[in-house]
Amino acid sequence: MKLRSQHLIGGLKMAGIFATLALASAFGQEAAAEAPAYASYEAFAETPAFTTFAVNNLWILISAMFVFLMHLGFATLESGLTQSKNTVNVLFKNLLVVCIGILTYALYGFNAMYPGDFNGFFALGSWFGVDNADVSLMTDTYAAYTWWTDFIFQAMFAATAATIVSGAVAERVKFGTFLVYTILLVTFVYPMTGSWKWGGGWLDAKGFYDFAGSTLVHGFGGFAALAAVMVLGPRRGKYVDGKIRPILGHSMPLAMIGVLLLWLGWYGFNGGSVLSADPRGVSYVFVTTTLAAAAGALAASFTSWIVLKKPDFSMGLNGVLAGLVGITAGADTVGMAASIIIGLIAGVIVFFSILFFDRIKIDDPVGAISVHGVCGIWGTLAVGIFSINEEHSFGAQLIGCLAVIVTGFVASYIICLVLKAIMGIRVSAEEETNGLDIGEHGNEAYPDFTAAHK
Amino acid sequence: MKLIIAIIKPFKLEEVKAALAEINVEGMTVTEVKGFGRQKGHTEIYRGSEYTVDFLPKVKIEVATSDALVGKAVDAIVKSAKTGKIGDGKVFVVPIEEVIRIRTDERGEAAI
Repeated sequence: MKLRSQHLIGGLKMAGIFATLALASAFGQEAAAEAPAYASYEAFAETPAFTTFAVNNLWILISAMFVFLMHLGFATLESGLTQSKNTVNVLFKNLLVVCIGILTYALYGFNAMYPGDFNGFFALGSWFGVDNADVSLMTDTYAAYTWWTDFIFQAMFAATAATIVSGAVAERVKFGTFLVYTILLVTFVYPMTGSWKWGGGWLDAKGFYDFAGSTLVHGFGGFAALAAVMVLGPRRGKYVDGKIRPILGHSMPLAMIGVLLLWLGWYGFNGGSVLSADPRGVSYVFVTTTLAAAAGALAASFTSWIVLKKPDFSMGLNGVLAGLVGITAGADTVGMAASIIIGLIAGVIVFFSILFFDRIKIDDPVGAISVHGVCGIWGTLAVGIFSINEEHSFGAQLIGCLAVIVTGFVASYIICLVLKAIMGIRVSAEEETNGLDIGEHGNEAYPDFTAAHK
Repeated sequence: MKLIIAIIKPFKLEEVKAALAEINVEGMTVTEVKGFGRQKGHTEIYRGSEYTVDFLPKVKIEVATSDALVGKAVDAIVKSAKTGKIGDGKVFVVPIEEVIRIRTDERGEAAI
């Protein structure tokens, strides 16, 4: 991802542009490809460059819509893989997380993540609002899209990072506590770690590369989820007498709908991360993304077939997501064959990771820690292995990955401990047995006689 | 008057209904249930962990008949629900104290 530019840098650019223009005209050549200064947005709209800008901007806006759609994917997937007595609770968490993510990003996170010039480690956030008439932010002086487009696209990413945790803590976390946790994590921690690379911070300086967020979004969310699950504890009855007792999801159709919506949304997640509508760039990313998803699904399905004697559907679904997370760091910088390999390996990794976490009594109803955390690491390191760009190194990928996921993990762990002490983090045993829909909301998802029960 | 309660394999429902219709037994109540007798359950696996399913899906049919018809009704059910394999189910016959048709307030055998 390119660096964001702010007023200051935009101003410097304009000064440089004037100088270039002056030189160019002195030699009688065409003006350089840099965007010229505009008197107003309306004046910009009269220029030939406006059409390209409009196309680029439109693609990023459409991508923001696709990333938004991923929240429907998360909601249905999580709902399908959990029990029907908790369905309202799961859906409600997903509904509010996207809203909290967007609003906190507007209030604080966007400017904290893209502060322009800063010390490289931390910058305070602020309200994202700017003057709509500011030519340096609403024309190609700023980027291939407007400030508003930049905000909304990035806000959707922030929301998806936050929602990764909701699946892992489902069916026993207190609703109110979870909302507070989300506010703290997505307001203060996500923008900080994000600034280290995408905001031009110290990881960017080290040559760390994360195209669309295998580390900054998925690794971060996955390991924040791990910390939360460790503090929260497993669901009652999950690990009994040294055995793992499965708690079945109540709707495989919903889970399927969720995963394919996420796959669809990923076209915006990765496709929009090109940060323009460049035909070759976006189409390249569409293909690498798709190859990895398909390979991940097959790898996870066949691995489960071999190991478990019968292929496991929910593992196949997780395999799709594993492949997608795996390609997200390098979708624009690895080759086509590499994309398939990355997806295949991600699919195998996610299967064994899910089994592993169950063996060590980390209860993750949807496999979020494995899909996003573990495969996020894989996707990040895969850039160091497969990237076409020689400037990418395994070492830089490792440092960046570890820095972000350890920070996410530690921050999440501390927040959970504090919230556990202040307001409690887990519902009562009785409420967990009767279902959070009744206990937290006084609602039922399925009040009539239906096949889904318990 | 007797209440016949039959627990049968779910896919046999249409056959049993047809067999009862042939001897003019009208009306029944059907519930989806789970249960087991001497039929063993089976092992399933979810996300890498095994678990045993003891309770198997069955269908429970409840039919009220006059004393005159109960023998033929039970025979019809047993014949049409039988597969010969374990898990075919059971039929229970219990006496009814009273029957009322709600719409017309009829009582007794007239209400069946």
